[in-house]
Amino acid sequence: MDYFIELVFSGLTRGSIYALIALGYTMVYGIIGLINFAHGEIYMIGAFTALIASTVLNILGLPLYAVLILTALAAAVWAAAYGYTVERLAYRPLRNAPRLSPLISAIGMSIFLQNYVMLAQTSDFQPFPALIPEFAFLEPFAAVVGSTDLTILAVSALLLLLLTLLIKYTRTGKAMRATAQDQKMALLLGVNVDRVISITFVVGSALAAVGGLLIASHIGQINFSIGFIAGIKAFTAAVLGGIGSIPGAVLGSFVLGLTEAFATGYVSSDYEDVFAFSLLVLILIFRPAGLLGKAAVEKV
Amino acid sequence: MKSIRIYALLTAFVLAACATATAVEPIKIGVAGAHSGDLASYGLPSLKAAQLVVKDINDKGGINGAPVELLVEDDACKPEIAANTAAKLVSSGAKAVIGHICSGATKAALPIYRDAKVLVISPSATTPALTQSGEYPNFYRTIAADDAQAKAEVDFTLATLKAKKIAVIHDKGDYGKGLAEFAKTFIEQSGQAEVVLFEGVTPGAVDYSAVVQKIKRSAADAVIFGGYHPEASKIVGQMRQKRMTIPFVSDDGVKIDTFIQLAGKDAEGVYATGPADVSHNPITKEYREKFKKAEGAEPGAFFDNAVAAALVLTNAIAKAGTTEPNAMAKVLRSEEVATPFGNIKFDAKGEPIGIGFSIYQVQNGQFTVVQ
Repeated sequence: MDYFIELVFSGLTRGSIYALIALGYTMVYGIIGLINFAHGEIYMIGAFTALIASTVLNILGLPLYAVLILTALAAAVWAAAYGYTVERLAYRPLRNAPRLSPLISAIGMSIFLQNYVMLAQTSDFQPFPALIPEFAFLEPFAAVVGSTDLTILAVSALLLLLLTLLIKYTRTGKAMRATAQDQKMALLLGVNVDRVISITFVVGSALAAVGGLLIASHIGQINFSIGFIAGIKAFTAAVLGGIGSIPGAVLGSFVLGLTEAFATGYVSSDYEDVFAFSLLVLILIFRPAGLLGKAAVEKV
Repeated sequence: MKSIRIYALLTAFVLAACATATAVEPIKIGVAGAHSGDLASYGLPSLKAAQLVVKDINDKGGINGAPVELLVEDDACKPEIAANTAAKLVSSGAKAVIGHICSGATKAALPIYRDAKVLVISPSATTPALTQSGEYPNFYRTIAADDAQAKAEVDFTLATLKAKKIAVIHDKGDYGKGLAEFAKTFIEQSGQAEVVLFEGVTPGAVDYSAVVQKIKRSAADAVIFGGYHPEASKIVGQMRQKRMTIPFVSDDGVKIDTFIQLAGKDAEGVYATGPADVSHNPITKEYREKFKKAEGAEPGAFFDNAVAAALVLTNAIAKAGTTEPNAMAKVLRSEEVATPFGNIKFDAKGEPIGIGFSIYQVQNGQFTVVQ
């Protein structure tokens, strides 16, 4: 039973890590129907920004919590700037192009950003400082769940809540929903669609940067390619949960994380990916739109 | 008068005989390896090493008075060319060969040398079967075989750490999985411990806590990891986070300073195998200097190994007084020769004793030799 609980926590940790990245994928898809393959790279850039910012702040000798908050802010702002720029440069000019064009543009952006960071930094792994302190009250449970794991879990739950509030109860959220339902109609009704899309990218990128900070601090190392593998898994989670749906992305992430943890725990970690992707195929056979996705209705 | 003339003639005759005696047949040694093509950088340093050693020997009057001549042949590391290279060396009268460089090429060439009773020493062919299959009794190498590292890890884990239950983890890659499989085999053969877990992890994953929990559940008292430093540091970090303190033993993919930077305080106490540091050995220094003087660059791959091969080979010819493989084998197996790796000799299978792996442990943020 203990082992089962340990695996549940492993799965939840993995799941919340995926969720932090999957939220950005699903938001962008929900609004403009684009799979933003550069999202993993924004997460990676967020992690690098956090590394640089925290190094500088540590040299200045600020207290740990101040470092943590300022680093998160810096990473979020900087990554949001990247997200905004990527949208401006690579996606907006292709707004009315066939669907395949922005997709290719997204893949191109992803490759460009990876190589840019590789050249600007190095291809070696860089150590990432443990920014999240060890909570004393968790010490008795250290074998089951660490303070970083718990922080990641709490932060992804909090972000899910905030996002839901943003989308349900604010003007911007309303504009987002309108844009998602029908861009042309929203435009006719006076919604500044370009601005709404920009905001979506900015919010999604800021989330990814916070994710980058937390995840890098969990695994203790970063390099230019971390966004690719994490991005693929998060994308899978978003599809599993129903791409375009925000609760779906979180649910999908937890399902994926738990599946992987149980596959490793009870079968073999050699087959972890086999189980994860078999599950994806099974779910898509029975629910093509994902767990919480709405079946797409062709608008005529 | 007449007698004087005869005496003079006799003297001249004797002198002439002496002259022919000094012009003895040179000892021909083949040097085979990749000297052109994309793998030339593996073969050329070995060729240069052989030339440097032979030049020293010839400057000092050769082996037992006979000069050494090198026959150089290029096999481009290709098995199909290597067989021809070997045939060519044998027919040109090579009595011993330094080479080949690549394991595949070496394997293709060895049957020809075996039939011609030519002794072969490779500075770089690491495939275990070349010596361990017993098919090529005249084959030796001055490099540790691929499985030697796994052997070193297992011996250390069993003898020094006294582990009884070992978890073997790898990264599914050729290098890591290969080492892990050798380690598993050696542990099972030893009969002293059991492998309680044998698993591959996915490199680049964001979290390894599930596999760490599995290690804990297996009640292993040591972990042997085959793979590189990024995964090793993540796994060790998560083990320590889960308050697991069992020893972590890994390989030369981990024995680099980046590992210590990445794992930080969790790196303390981690064991890793790595080639022994030979840069302070006077012979290593001497030949590396000579190479730098001649080529204006740092010597490349397998240079030290090739110097060692040339030194042990010429010593064996000198001490045995012949190039007959069985006579040389006795010298190779019994006499230690000073080489860039220290004093080495060979075991019955042809593996070098003295070239191998040291065990390092991270102590105060540095890899320190512990065995």
